[in-house]
Amino acid sequence: MRYAVPYLFIFVFVALSALFMVAPTVTLAIQSVSGPEGFTWDYLRALGDYRYVSAFRNSIVLSAASAVVGVLSGGLIAHTVLKPGAPRGLQSAVTSFSAVAANFAGVPLAFAFVATLGSLGLLTQALKGVGFDVYAHGFSLYSITGLTIVYSYFQIPLMVIIITPALQALKVEWREAAENMGASDRQFWRLVGLPVLAPSILSSFILLFGSAFSAYATAYALTSGNISLLTTEIANVLSGDVMSSPQTGAALAVGMIVVMVLVLGGSAVLARRAARWQGSRR
Amino acid sequence: MSFDRRSVLKAGAGLFGAGLVGGVGRPAWAAADMAIPAGLVDAAKAEGKLNVITLPRDWANYGELMDTFAKRYGVQIDDANPDGSSAEELQAIRSLKGQKRGPDVVDVGPAFATTGTTEKLFQPYKVATWDTIPNEVKDPNGMWFGDYFGVVSFGVNLDVAKTMPRTWADLLKPEYKGMVALNGNPLGAGAAFGAVYAAALGNGGSFDNINPGIEYFGKLNEAGNYNPVKGTTASLTSGQTPILINWDYLNLAIADGAAGKANIKVLLPEGAPPFGNYYCQAISAYAPNPNTAKLWLEYLYSDEGQLGFLKGFAHPIRFNALVAAGKVPADVLAKLPSADAYKAVTFATQEQSAVAKKALADTWPKVVKLG
Repeated sequence: MRYAVPYLFIFVFVALSALFMVAPTVTLAIQSVSGPEGFTWDYLRALGDYRYVSAFRNSIVLSAASAVVGVLSGGLIAHTVLKPGAPRGLQSAVTSFSAVAANFAGVPLAFAFVATLGSLGLLTQALKGVGFDVYAHGFSLYSITGLTIVYSYFQIPLMVIIITPALQALKVEWREAAENMGASDRQFWRLVGLPVLAPSILSSFILLFGSAFSAYATAYALTSGNISLLTTEIANVLSGDVMSSPQTGAALAVGMIVVMVLVLGGSAVLARRAARWQGSRR
Repeated sequence: MSFDRRSVLKAGAGLFGAGLVGGVGRPAWAAADMAIPAGLVDAAKAEGKLNVITLPRDWANYGELMDTFAKRYGVQIDDANPDGSSAEELQAIRSLKGQKRGPDVVDVGPAFATTGTTEKLFQPYKVATWDTIPNEVKDPNGMWFGDYFGVVSFGVNLDVAKTMPRTWADLLKPEYKGMVALNGNPLGAGAAFGAVYAAALGNGGSFDNINPGIEYFGKLNEAGNYNPVKGTTASLTSGQTPILINWDYLNLAIADGAAGKANIKVLLPEGAPPFGNYYCQAISAYAPNPNTAKLWLEYLYSDEGQLGFLKGFAHPIRFNALVAAGKVPADVLAKLPSADAYKAVTFATQEQSAVAKKALADTWPKVVKLG
């Protein structure tokens, strides 16, 4: 009887996962192989078409790039404001701003960037005014680079928020001990700080990758799906007026799940390697 | 993403309607031009009810049309599911078969009109003005017939784009760099698909060949003039997408709504056949009030009903006949692109547009590439 309450909660958790994760996934998988005349590989085979291959490539490149930018910049920002001796108030200012910015996405974000960095945007025009035409120098907001910049706007603050607790958990004593033994700042981070943080950084990367991978509204508002992403392609075949093919949508979604599983699997391997170091510490 | 006909046309119908309708109301051509079959009015009055479905009051001026009809013939109109879709209208006929609350009459896209005919969901009827409805937009047996249409237009914010582009070739000029937008992806948004089709017609293509339209947008993109931002009311009014290629009724409604804030002009591309898309009326095979349904269609296809659509910026299917007969008031025409431009409107068949969609899906992503 001692475990009744924990088991109840576990049961609820399992039931919810089954209903909201397992069941939809299975349905998607079934739908992606059900044609009008029964079982077919056609929809999954169609993923080899040029437009879907490029959607996979674009989605993965964009998610990875914006996650890397987010992890590096967000991590450094969090590190800077949490450093002992950082100006008081700076930390709370950054945290508050991050909490807001991390949730600023979708059409409003796209529109804000169009108005600022679009071909007729304020900043673009101002730079042109001082003789620097960014669009003439190969920059475009409506490119993978542009999208990466826009995504970074919510990726960086998201990183700041999720890495802050891990940074705060780095004990001051470790640092002092390292310094006592004559370690430089660089040595401390290479031998102590980063290895301890590695699992957190890895999981942050996955979270950021996932959040970019599943984003839709921002990219659609910005490029009308002309940089095809998996999410925009799914919308085209699922809710568009032009082509209706729910099965292709399901096949694309299955593809997205496969990508996420691979990313998670890869990081699990890395995390285990990182944890080995921590294990030996105990 | 969805066919945003509902949302934008609403604004237009309201504004435009309020201003002009007062003068157009009834007298001039009201009952005079309605050649109603003998006995239909009495039969309808005896039924006393009409079940319509999916007619938003602020869409194509339906609110005013329904009110006038109800009042004039003492009929009670029940408008079910005003914000539904064509698919839901057909589903209502199927599932409410034999019930008193089943729809009498529906307003659906051409693809659904064909489906309904194949499934025998409709009954035939020919309104008094049947002969003035163009042949390609009606079923020869009267199972369905087009009621109003829109064509692809340029909506231009002249506060930003200094000169009005008049042709498809004009849009390629360097002065329009970064200015030309669609309402979404042609693979997903109806109006954007129409824009590519229209560009094909304007560049040597045909209903059977959409490729010149795709190549045209490829060129527009290479010139840096194509702005891939999804064009909206806000982006056109604010000038972030100063040129929006969209259905005329949507652009007209935006222009009307922006009056006083931005100088937006709407024009049909010159030197190219207009590309249009239409909706269809059909009477349910199981209509509980068949006579009232017929009278309603007589009303909608009368001069008065057709001009009622026009007040909501939707061009009535008999538009050209009405213009030729001098029956469209000058103040209504003044708010619209030149009536001459609409003379050549033709429509693609469903087979043709299916082929075009396939071609578009295969080549658009390869031709229109963003860096």
